[in-house]
Amino acid sequence: MWNTVFPYLLSGISVGGQYALIAIGYTMVYGILRLINFAHGDVFMVAGIVMVYVVSSGVPLWLSILLVLLITSLIGFLIERVAYKPLRTAPRMSVMISAIGVSYTLQNLVLYITGGLNQIYPTIPWISGSVTIGSATTKMVTLVTPVLTIILVVALVQLINHTKIGMAMRAVSKDFETSQLMGIKINSVISVTFVIGSFLAAVGSILYFTNYTTVIQTSGAMPGLKAFVAAVFGGIGSIPGAVIGAFIIGIMENIIKGLDVILFKSGVIKAPLGLATFSDAFTFALLIVILVFKPTGLFGEKVTDKV
Amino acid sequence: MSTPLLKIMDLKVSYGGIEALKGISIEVNKGEIVTLIGANGAGKSTTLRAISGLVPVKEGTITYDGNVISGQSPQKIVAEGICMVPEGRRVFPNLTVLENLKIGAYLRKDEIQADIDHVYQLFPRLQERSWQLAGTLSGGEQQMLAVGRALMMRPKILMMDEPSLGLAPLVIRDIFRIIETLHDEGITILLVEQNANAALRIADSAYVLETGILGMHGTGEELLGDDRVREAYLGKSARK
Repeated sequence: MWNTVFPYLLSGISVGGQYALIAIGYTMVYGILRLINFAHGDVFMVAGIVMVYVVSSGVPLWLSILLVLLITSLIGFLIERVAYKPLRTAPRMSVMISAIGVSYTLQNLVLYITGGLNQIYPTIPWISGSVTIGSATTKMVTLVTPVLTIILVVALVQLINHTKIGMAMRAVSKDFETSQLMGIKINSVISVTFVIGSFLAAVGSILYFTNYTTVIQTSGAMPGLKAFVAAVFGGIGSIPGAVIGAFIIGIMENIIKGLDVILFKSGVIKAPLGLATFSDAFTFALLIVILVFKPTGLFGEKVTDKV
Repeated sequence: MSTPLLKIMDLKVSYGGIEALKGISIEVNKGEIVTLIGANGAGKSTTLRAISGLVPVKEGTITYDGNVISGQSPQKIVAEGICMVPEGRRVFPNLTVLENLKIGAYLRKDEIQADIDHVYQLFPRLQERSWQLAGTLSGGEQQMLAVGRALMMRPKILMMDEPSLGLAPLVIRDIFRIIETLHDEGITILLVEQNANAALRIADSAYVLETGILGMHGTGEELLGDDRVREAYLGKSARK
């Protein structure tokens, strides 16, 4: 039984880590701007495309990785400056529509550049190799992902709780105006938030596409949506919430994918039922159930709007 | 006579077509306590918000120490040493007491420990609650924290917007005592109050603001003794 479940659990943890890295971007931006950044999944996809093109232009792999992190962070910064900053005092709905606009702009741009063909993601030797642990044979990236995710999350939490810029981020997330009275430059703090979110999405994209091997203009949609669900599930605005939510969703999704095999091998069912088809539906059903019982998510704070 | 530290000339501010300030002129001399009294919606808070750069100035100028500061960003104005204790205290509820003080010194690059100690000396209650989240403090403690936070920038001018609002009478007395202490330390204070009685008692100079225009002006004592002020703002009958 355990031997059958273990490989699914393992890839669940890995996918969960990748979702977590994307989900942090959603939750941080929401925390500060109360904006669902619909373009975030596409930033993740663009990071994948940038990697494909940088490597194919002959840049050494280690430098390509650095460039991808740098360029993606820059893209995140520019998106905020161009599409969200001018709307700072506009109703939230306008900013959200702007985010949808950015999302499609990025997708169409990539469609234009790639011609809509699947791009083969470069193989990164350090994390692409196979390993066997117990009953599971998997790529090295499966083991690297959760470790790297946890290291990055711990670093991020330290940054937010123990540095001056982190303190400013927490202050801005509560009160723009009073933060300004402290001399904090709101726009700089918001930029830093987008840079961090995009950087983590770029790390996530390297891990994710190493596993899935191809990138296309719509590649960001599903992982982006799952990460968003994870962020809401964990309580949007909360970083630990997003991370835990992402791991739960990653694990659940993969267990469902393997449920047929698990049930068949343990003799519960005689023939496969095709449950794997429902893994995405399950993710969203889970979200609905959680939100019915806990509308603010696992770690969400109850927001009382002051009159 | 020396030039005033803060000089507001013909200040006009409007919110979406509605004029909140219709050309007011105020002078604040170094070391004074200046108070601005008036009813709700008279434009008292708007005046402070315009000085601190939170709302755009439509017409008129604000000069500080001889330099025009109207049109500058709030960051620049804070850096000049003009700090505000906003209405409703507005401490950062998700930051600890100590962090609230540290964020008050956000623009400073020098050592701030001495200033933290100074604030704790003024408000021993804050030291006891140093590690507590500011959101868990009582209203009076939050007001002390808001004042302490503003002091961390070593202000030349401290602007206070309704510091007594919603506080118990005993706490209000403490707050006014603190204002006088700060005044004794040499900080120039611009105080906006609905509690006109207490404000006029400590003020060197006072202005009455009525729906965007200045009414009377005089020393705190003069206004305290004025029949019209007594009737309108002190809730006392003109004739005794």
